[in-house]
Amino acid sequence: MIDKKHIAIIGGGIAGQEAASVLTGLGYKVTILEKNERMGGMLNKWSKLFPDFSSSQLVLDAVKVATDKNLNVICNADIFSVQKENGRFKLSDNSSLDVYADAVIMSTGYNLFDATLKEEYGYGVFENVITSADFEKVHKSGEKLTTADGKAPRRVAFIHCVGSRDAKTGNTYCSKVCCITGVKQAIEVTQMWPECEVFNFYMDLRLYGSKYDALYLEAQKHHKIQFIRGRLSEVSERQGKELQLKAEDTLQGRPLRMKTDIVVLLIGMEACKQNEDLCRDNALELDENRFFKSKNIYNHRNSSTQSGVFLAGSCICPMSVNESLESARSAAMLVDKSLKVQER
Amino acid sequence: MSQFDFLQPKSRQIEIEQFDDRILTYVLEREQSFLTCISCGGCTATCSAGNLTSFNVRKIGLSLRRGNINDLSDEVQKCMFCGKCTLVCPRDINIRNVVLLIKKGIAQLETEKTL
Amino acid sequence: MEALLHRKIFRKNPVLGYMHMSLAFGWFLLIVVGHLETMIAEHSLFVPFHKAVFFRYYEGFDEFFLSGLFSFLMDFLLLFVLSGLMFAIVKRFRKKLFGLRRTTHLKSGDKIALTSLWLIFPLRLLAESTSAAVYHNGGFLTSGVGAAIDFIGNPAIFYYPLWMAYSLSLGFFFVALPNSRYMHIPTEVVFIFLRVAGIRLKKQNDSYTDVQVFSCSRCGICLDKCQLSVAGIDDSQSVYLLKNIRNKNLSDEKLFNCLMCGRCQVDCPVGIETIELRTVQRIESTREYNSSYDYLIQEVATKADVVYFAGCMTHLTPRVISSMKKIFATAEEDVWFMDEVKAPCCGRPLMLAGQYEAARKLIENNSRMILDSGAHTLVVSCPICYKVFKEDYKLPDVEVVFHAQYIYDLIHSGKLSVDTSNQRMVYHDPCELGRGMGMYETPRKLLGRIGEVVHMKDEKEYAFCCGGSLGNLKISEDKRKLLRDQALVTYEGFSPDILVTACPKCKKTFAAGRKLKVFDLAEIVAGAICVDSLSKEKEILEKQEADCYAVEGL
Repeated sequence: MIDKKHIAIIGGGIAGQEAASVLTGLGYKVTILEKNERMGGMLNKWSKLFPDFSSSQLVLDAVKVATDKNLNVICNADIFSVQKENGRFKLSDNSSLDVYADAVIMSTGYNLFDATLKEEYGYGVFENVITSADFEKVHKSGEKLTTADGKAPRRVAFIHCVGSRDAKTGNTYCSKVCCITGVKQAIEVTQMWPECEVFNFYMDLRLYGSKYDALYLEAQKHHKIQFIRGRLSEVSERQGKELQLKAEDTLQGRPLRMKTDIVVLLIGMEACKQNEDLCRDNALELDENRFFKSKNIYNHRNSSTQSGVFLAGSCICPMSVNESLESARSAAMLVDKSLKVQER
Repeated sequence: MSQFDFLQPKSRQIEIEQFDDRILTYVLEREQSFLTCISCGGCTATCSAGNLTSFNVRKIGLSLRRGNINDLSDEVQKCMFCGKCTLVCPRDINIRNVVLLIKKGIAQLETEKTL
Repeated sequence: MEALLHRKIFRKNPVLGYMHMSLAFGWFLLIVVGHLETMIAEHSLFVPFHKAVFFRYYEGFDEFFLSGLFSFLMDFLLLFVLSGLMFAIVKRFRKKLFGLRRTTHLKSGDKIALTSLWLIFPLRLLAESTSAAVYHNGGFLTSGVGAAIDFIGNPAIFYYPLWMAYSLSLGFFFVALPNSRYMHIPTEVVFIFLRVAGIRLKKQNDSYTDVQVFSCSRCGICLDKCQLSVAGIDDSQSVYLLKNIRNKNLSDEKLFNCLMCGRCQVDCPVGIETIELRTVQRIESTREYNSSYDYLIQEVATKADVVYFAGCMTHLTPRVISSMKKIFATAEEDVWFMDEVKAPCCGRPLMLAGQYEAARKLIENNSRMILDSGAHTLVVSCPICYKVFKEDYKLPDVEVVFHAQYIYDLIHSGKLSVDTSNQRMVYHDPCELGRGMGMYETPRKLLGRIGEVVHMKDEKEYAFCCGGSLGNLKISEDKRKLLRDQALVTYEGFSPDILVTACPKCKKTFAAGRKLKVFDLAEIVAGAICVDSLSKEKEILEKQEADCYAVEGL
């Protein structure tokens, strides 16, 4: 009876697509509901991946689900309500779209922190303050990173923990991937401009993944990137749009001022704002960081607080690309398992 | 003999047993948020007084937590209470109150020799 | 008269106003009219005071001039007082009926005084009624009640005990008075007199602070105005501050747990300077450890027409700074940005912490810098700085101008022209600018030139504090967020396009709430500057002249 069962996946990023391909492979009917025009989600914005600089396009191509008679993809579908009706789930968007499913996978992903909220860092005020996402855009275009007036930067500063581990922005959690992104992008800057000095300002370096430390080592050894332990307090603009940073070099125990041409803010991950809507008509809950709450974070990481609704990828918590893919595969297996239990 | 103190230099090691936690206790009883400091240095970086003289808010907190209160008395006088440190603290520590409490604690310690 | 009538309570809460007026003014008239009555009855200008108070006791069967009118008048006044008393009793047990969410807690001295006060007038009614029954006289009320007593039993039996009880309750009340909140009855008269005479609090405890402290009747109106209760803080409000000063048990935890926003002061019926009183206590509490700041050195000032002092907080809102720079540049003003790289704090945050002497050192240093620059104008964009520059700096020949006023003047004189839009804006009055400095209209007029300023119920002197106030040194950030959200939810209710304020601290506090887009008014102006042909500028100038008449008051 498997072929009769229908699974709806909210979010067509890499997690949603990976889950879909596992489930169609098992013979289920699957519908992916993507709110944007095209599939791929946030990874579309990224150029190269840590820790080995593979192109994000490779991952995007790999997760693309083969056209299958059991797969239905609906783009521009901004689902805002998931309701249980007669043992099935009814998913609705703002237009007249209604989708019925036996199980639902949430793979809504994350939002990037809005760096203008950290006004003292000058994003949106000073032209030479950019975010890590802006940097990826430049990198992806094949251009070199330049100052706003097109000059080669002599010095670039990366700022860790922007919108993460910061009670003032309401996000007290660690976004996990920004540290390694900072190391990766710092190397990329020196690859573009070998003469450019690169500084990374961090509170704690959290390079947790396999081969991440090797990248850190490479950054120090081959790229002479300097790591300064101190949180940036503010950025100001001097003549000629040159930026001035204020931080403390906490290892020296003295305040530090630095002139720099470009500042890159390593912005953190936030839960999607739509998550609140998606919780309204069912038993889904959000955790203290506004991500979806798992039934328990050890054995039931992919189960939500609503039976029949499963969680995949960075809608659970900030995740890297490979963690997100792994999470999606386990969510798919869990859906399979629970539908088979129902069957019996 | 006191003038020959230099002949017996202080131990280079930090002696945990000799921590003077009187002011720390006084502060913590009244401002628990102080416990959560991660020494990021944001406070020192933004400090208006630290811009004009060698004043380090983060180190004040560190000295306090490590029971090293000898230098506190002079250092804490330099604070201008502008509140910038509190406004940038990623751990929501009420730093202004911590400084006020240290000042008060030291004043009481000096007059009463007890807290 | 003000002490007896308290027009301010009437404006806020007519029922409460009537209650106070009937009790205070009624009793006062009762004494005055009673005295007149006695004087006429005794045919003497000098009658013993007790005779007037217990007139009916001494009164016999004699008729005298206008005795009928007097007994009517006295009965009417007694009824007036009794009606107020009834309200008071209902209020004590059912405060919500009076629109009060909270009232103060009573201590034993208050309870004795309160009970005797409540007993005085019913007992007087009963005592006078028995007299009326015995002598078969009295006004419409006493004769009626007297007849009822006559009906129950022989009035002569009740006669002495009732008069005794009445005089005892009166006695108890006056004995308990100095130790109770009713001390405000004698003190307030002195206070109101002194206040009207223009006497203000000094920066130390003196007899005038005592007068203010004892003038508090602990009515509790300030409790409802205080936002701290939203965060569950309910022991540090002004009424408790005054009580603690009176009882000499004020702790630092309570003294510094106040936003110093001034909302309580606006509605205090007695007009007690709650904020100044608290400041004085903070000064006293921190007197021993004022700093000397001997590390301050005199930097070299730059000569300019205008000095701009952004202030500490504004350095964390660079959008305000870049907007001000744009405005200065467009208006082609000769400006020295005094604290662009470094400068001491203005001193106001120290003052809020009670450290006035320490603040003086910063003030001296900054003053010399400003005077050395030779500027005629000092522009500040932070209300915290504005208050101290305006009130505590001595800067002869330098005009201290808040940026709202400064920008308005630039537009007015044609140095700056702005485009209009149909943006709906909610303007948040910063505490230090509004209640602190009384500037409500200028920012609204300025914003009104660019977009539509939404009119709200709780604005101007009734405006919320954003919760970020530097005045409170004790409140936790989590609790601050509750205050912030209370204000933000209210503002959201008016569904504006944006929220505008004029203080970097308010701005940062609200922005972190992420409910509305928040701007400083300098940003709004900088975003609306139009750089166009001369002809359009001329057109605007003409329009401005026409507008001139409309904004004469500015």
